[in-house]
Amino acid sequence: MNFPKELKYTKNDEWIRIAGDEGTIGITDYAQDQLSDIVFVEYLVDIGDSVDKDDTFATVESVKAAADVYMPVAGEIVAVNEDLPDAPEQVNSDPYGEAWMIKIKVSDSSQLDDLLDAGGIENLERDH
Amino acid sequence: MPEPTIFELSSPGRQGAYFPEPDVPRTEIPEEILRDNLPLPEIAEVDVVRHFTRLSQLNHGVDTGFYPLGSCTMKYNPKVNEQTARLGGFAKIHPLQPVETVQGAVGLMYELQEWLKEISGFSGVSLQPAAGAHGELTGVLIMRAYHKSRGDHKRIKMLIPDSAHGTNPASSAMSGLKIVEIPSDARGNIDMDALCAECDDTLAGIMITNPNTLGLFEEKFMEVCDCVHEAGGLVYGDGANLNAIMGISRPADCGVDVLHFNLHKTFSTPHGGGGPGSGPVGVTAELAPFLPGPIATVIDEGGEEEPPLYGLVNPENSIGRVKAFHGHFSIMVRAFTYMMMLGGEGLKAVSEHAVLNANYLQARLRDTYKIPHDRICMHEFVAEGHWEDVPDVHALDISKRLMDFGFHPPTNYFPLIVPEALMIEPTETESKETLDAFADTLIQIAEEARTNPEMLQTAPHNTPFGRLDEVKAARELVLCCWFPEEEED
Repeated sequence: MNFPKELKYTKNDEWIRIAGDEGTIGITDYAQDQLSDIVFVEYLVDIGDSVDKDDTFATVESVKAAADVYMPVAGEIVAVNEDLPDAPEQVNSDPYGEAWMIKIKVSDSSQLDDLLDAGGIENLERDH
Repeated sequence: MPEPTIFELSSPGRQGAYFPEPDVPRTEIPEEILRDNLPLPEIAEVDVVRHFTRLSQLNHGVDTGFYPLGSCTMKYNPKVNEQTARLGGFAKIHPLQPVETVQGAVGLMYELQEWLKEISGFSGVSLQPAAGAHGELTGVLIMRAYHKSRGDHKRIKMLIPDSAHGTNPASSAMSGLKIVEIPSDARGNIDMDALCAECDDTLAGIMITNPNTLGLFEEKFMEVCDCVHEAGGLVYGDGANLNAIMGISRPADCGVDVLHFNLHKTFSTPHGGGGPGSGPVGVTAELAPFLPGPIATVIDEGGEEEPPLYGLVNPENSIGRVKAFHGHFSIMVRAFTYMMMLGGEGLKAVSEHAVLNANYLQARLRDTYKIPHDRICMHEFVAEGHWEDVPDVHALDISKRLMDFGFHPPTNYFPLIVPEALMIEPTETESKETLDAFADTLIQIAEEARTNPEMLQTAPHNTPFGRLDEVKAARELVLCCWFPEEEED
């Protein structure tokens, strides 16, 4: 399973890419593999919203299951990938690239310290 | 061999229905609401009959084969249920008739309520809810009404174990409650530490399925109920798995406050496209005033020569109606027939055989399929449809291959806490021969997974249609075969 070194991860399989005070967020390669073919992506937030850490910002649905996607850290939504709901298969084909979901302005960068690095998520004890 | 749609069989000028001359005065339909752009199929009666007969033959039902769809209790539905439901006294009455003229029907509702009370241990039952999830919503609304009536407005949290029924979170969310998921422990029970940590004064209650969706009886069920009660919360029991415990364990005796019954599962009425459900709700004496009405009751006991007089009443603090008229009445007739045919001892035997059949299948499959929570199961069990030495074969492939042998697949990918889940519920109505044939087939499929995995990955091969493109079906939602013309405004 692919976990790029430059990203930070949650135990719930979201990733965040930090550039300055901006973070780009999506779901991991492992998450897309477990869910299988993604057929639906819906955002529960709009640009300008301030959203807390662990709040749900999107729902993804596959042929097998539906899953909530949570904020790895708190922040203000500055961009939403509007193309993704029309091409949800990108979550399967390019989870760390084309399938980014939202960009946020991180409100408390100390929360980033609680996240896992690539080694941490790779060694995470999974049920399966 | 695809069957065309009824629209594709249409040919202009053919007719299958002839309307009788009206026996009331004719009224012209106003010009502005007449339309001529409704392309109904034009087809002869014989072709309609053949079309729908062919479609029915392409289907799989419990009348054509084994249907071990976990959590759904696809037991055989005895034909006598259909006979009683068609009796004139039940089928040809109207809910607005004076209650004195439908005493048999209201009496049946009363007796059904009493039987459900006896089976569950509850003090009150409402037959109104239309199906399982509707019963859940009704039950949760009753819980909310109870807290509110005591001026306790801060109870907004509902606990839901990850082994609960999938509809539970939806029912709670729809009632405006906040959902907190409680994990299972290694034995498949509710994790008591995680549960107790959430039991505070914001707790509305817990929604618990017992036996849970792993097919396991919660070993600390009464402790769970005590913990929730001590915090002032209520216990909702999801009765979807009642088929495992009838006559053996009563939910109310264990500490459940509200529970819905699935007449269409436990009490053998058609479901799964075969008919409407029915999800009566049972409650403790404390919650009975909040039940949706009307509820059947005895108005006058009668005497030696006089039959009792039945009537319909509304509980004093009722949350109101949740369904038009009295719920799905003809389903109640079928369920009550089933109870009468079996009697109390018979219903107990149903649960015993349902549990025995599931354990027999589990024992036969244990060496071939991984059973992650391997202990004595109740009416169903969950296996993993995946092997580490053949990573490209999945639960879905096993299920599709089962169809080639005339079996309905088990429930797939649920519960979510077991990877590649195959949830198998044989029910009590299957013979040992059928169970053996199913087990033999699953063992053969496990063999094929190693010798010829492609056989599974491209299955089914012997069905009218091969592997359907589920991704395309989910992504391209085309539900009409034609589009009405745009209105010109």
